[in-house]
Amino acid sequence: MDILKVDDLKVYYKTLRGSVKAIDGVTFTIRKGEVLGIAGESGCGKSTLVNFFVLPKEPMYHAGGSVILEDKDITKLSKDELRKIRYEKISIIPQYSMDALSPTKKIRVIIRDIMREHGRHVDYRLVEERLEMVNLSKRVLDMYPVELSGGMRQRATMVVSTLLNPKILIADEITSALDVSTQKFVIEMLMGFMEKKIVDSMVFITHDLSILYQIATRVMILYAGKVVEIGPMEEVIKRPVHPYTKALLYSLPEMNVRFKEKRLEGIPGHPPHLLNPPRGCRFHDRCPIAKNRCEEEEPPMIKVGEDHYVYCWEVKA
Amino acid sequence: MIKIENLTKIYSTGVVGRGGIVAVDDVSFEIKTGEIVSLVGESGSGKTTIGKLILRLIKPTKGKIYFAGREISRYKPLEYYRNVQGVFQDPFSSFNPIYKVDRIFENVNRYLLNLPKSEFWGKVEESLKSVGLNPRDVLGKYPHQMSGGQLQRTLIARALVIGAKFLVADEIISMLDASTRVDVLNILGDLRDSMGLSILFVTHDLSLGYYISDTTVIMYRGSIVEMGDTEKVFKNPVHPYTKMLLESVPTLDRKWKPSEEIFKVEGDVTSFKGGCKYYSRCPFRKDVCREFDGKLSEVEENHWAACILFGGD
Amino acid sequence: MKEWLKKHDTLYFMLTNKRFVGGMIFILSMVTLAILGPWLAKIELRWYLENGVKEALDPTANIGIPYSPPSSQHWLGTNSFGQDVFLQLVYGLRSSLLIGIIGGGLATFIGLVVGFVSGYSGGMIDELLMMLTNIMLVIPTMAVLIIIAAYLPYRGVMIESVIIGFTGWPWTARAVRSETLSLKSRGFVHLARISAVKPMRIIFGEIAPNMLSYVFMVFILQFGGSILAAVGLDFIGLGPTRGTSLGLMLQQAVLWNAIQLGMWWWIIPPGAIITALVAALYTVNTGLDEAFNPKLREM
Repeated sequence: MDILKVDDLKVYYKTLRGSVKAIDGVTFTIRKGEVLGIAGESGCGKSTLVNFFVLPKEPMYHAGGSVILEDKDITKLSKDELRKIRYEKISIIPQYSMDALSPTKKIRVIIRDIMREHGRHVDYRLVEERLEMVNLSKRVLDMYPVELSGGMRQRATMVVSTLLNPKILIADEITSALDVSTQKFVIEMLMGFMEKKIVDSMVFITHDLSILYQIATRVMILYAGKVVEIGPMEEVIKRPVHPYTKALLYSLPEMNVRFKEKRLEGIPGHPPHLLNPPRGCRFHDRCPIAKNRCEEEEPPMIKVGEDHYVYCWEVKA
Repeated sequence: MIKIENLTKIYSTGVVGRGGIVAVDDVSFEIKTGEIVSLVGESGSGKTTIGKLILRLIKPTKGKIYFAGREISRYKPLEYYRNVQGVFQDPFSSFNPIYKVDRIFENVNRYLLNLPKSEFWGKVEESLKSVGLNPRDVLGKYPHQMSGGQLQRTLIARALVIGAKFLVADEIISMLDASTRVDVLNILGDLRDSMGLSILFVTHDLSLGYYISDTTVIMYRGSIVEMGDTEKVFKNPVHPYTKMLLESVPTLDRKWKPSEEIFKVEGDVTSFKGGCKYYSRCPFRKDVCREFDGKLSEVEENHWAACILFGGD
Repeated sequence: MKEWLKKHDTLYFMLTNKRFVGGMIFILSMVTLAILGPWLAKIELRWYLENGVKEALDPTANIGIPYSPPSSQHWLGTNSFGQDVFLQLVYGLRSSLLIGIIGGGLATFIGLVVGFVSGYSGGMIDELLMMLTNIMLVIPTMAVLIIIAAYLPYRGVMIESVIIGFTGWPWTARAVRSETLSLKSRGFVHLARISAVKPMRIIFGEIAPNMLSYVFMVFILQFGGSILAAVGLDFIGLGPTRGTSLGLMLQQAVLWNAIQLGMWWWIIPPGAIITALVAALYTVNTGLDEAFNPKLREM
């Protein structure tokens, strides 16, 4: 069952030199009970996409398409209506969640304010229970965010974001600043929220496919503001179809290859500027199998397997 | 090439320097000619501090570093930096945003080399080509007009122009995009093989260290817990910390095992004095560990670990 | 032109910022007034000049009838001594701007050097310089100014500026020091160090140019601060013993009961100009802040 349906969404940034087309026609759904991974390199639009769901802020603007959450198009909602949805329906643990909490308020006050905004009272038994889930003692409630370490602040943010049992929890690059050993705990804690049915579905954004592989059920790969491949995690990793996904997977050192034995290769060139993105397929100038048509026309969506789709001219169904 | 002996760095805190943070604690190891050594550790392990100490950006509190048999503080800056060079983590902050990229080369010729202009710029172009860059994409450009990968390669080219024999590469690819990372790594490997460049590759990413390095040094809170031949350290890890790290690294061919409860406990890591530093997090800890002096002992040929329990159960 | 400007973000945001442009227009018009002043005065006092009163253009000369309100002969009237207020105002403005430039410039310069050296070198030098700075900060500046000024028998505008400059630098030094500390740990400074670039060149060739916008703002604040400090000194009678200044005008106006006598033309123009000038400088400063700091930019 789909909780959220995104159709041909376009999100641009206004700049002095014109519009930066950060998300340019993206279509996908988020299903109940799944962890959808969104992967891509910096500047592919993955953070823009989810921040648009939660906090569309200047200079970001909606340039087309729809985002349907429970029969409502959230692109048409006012700021106040969006604020109501936040935390209750859709919630985010932001990229710099270490700094997401207001430094001048105690954690207790932060929680109370958010609850008040949604017309609820604070159930401290529940709060303490949740804190325990992320390995924080209830003493944290009477501390200021500055008194906590970066990791503790991040976990406090996790509790705050999930207190109202949102349908969808978005985790935006939350592991990229962490050490390997802590990465694993944080992800295990997130999975705890899923198992206890505190959140229905999760969107996990990262540039690191191997982390995604540990938790995601489906994966969507973005390149320069467009979807290139979307499908079941296991299948995309084991049988990638799009040339970009293939090249990306081939470029990752994986603790099973050594330079002396097998030389990995990166992808030549770099992603296009989104101020004036190229016509046709956005990957064509770096693609090893690109034909003339790829430079001219946008690639079609091709079904390559059960629930597995690729946007490419050179791929057969 | 570079030999580190009982190196200790304590950052003093407070005005009179009473308090102190031990960043590097009695560390000794060696980097041979034509070898890539990866220095692996999590944040706060002291790995970056060692890089800075080698580059003489900070002074050690105790211990010595030797380059080609001579203590590094006894070299004149000119002489030293002609041989030992570095590339840093953030490519965008390594370049002064208000100057063109050429500036870093100009500084090199002005202060280190003093070559005639045409000879020097010829050398620059040659070095840029050898790291896979077109000189026209680099010279005359501002840093913000280039990608992170291009900037890091430019910095490697800079070290080549100087003719450095030893390079400290401090997390140089952690800020690059996945699709261009491995190319920069390959350049390091090629330079080692073609010119015998020795490299200290500082990283938090074990898979990168495994891919490129000959020797691996693993650090935890300022001390070496395990080191040796890369293949041996990765395939036959002895120290519980190394094992935990290797298990935590996400890879595409296996899923994580659930963590053991004990790893989740964040012990009060600062108050503990004496004994094994990993004691509070170690699932195998015993009372003897409290007495452990942290010395490395040989596990097998070219492989050392600092664990009193290895060999036992 | 517009296209070219769009390529230079900061300049574009500066010139489209209402605060910056508004404040700048006022400041520039005051500068113009100060420059053209003597020439305007020739037009104003043409009657005296035509009648051979040679000292008419000396602002301290008692040429007119005391207590006269503004007229075509005396645009801003005369004071209790018969001195022309407009003429005084023009010369006062000149000396106030001069004090702003010299005093503010000197304070900025000392603050920059102390801040750069202290922040970059660290250790003992840093601690000594910061000790000096902190001592300067806690000593009541006004008291020092009074003592120094009282010891000098003849005081001109120059000496006043120098005194102000030498006492106004500490907070600039502290701010520059902390800015330097943060720039010092940036990669390009490390890279310069391992290129064996000399410390002074690193400070002035690599670090300082990155602070140009900041330095510019500091100077503007110091400029305003110096003018105010000078007015304060003048007002308590420690201003220039020769010549005139806006503060001196105010002091005399108050001393000779201009308010009680209803001589608004003697007290309002210098007061308004000082207030507006300092306000404009601060407005320009906030405008610049918005232009230089992308976070504050309004799209």
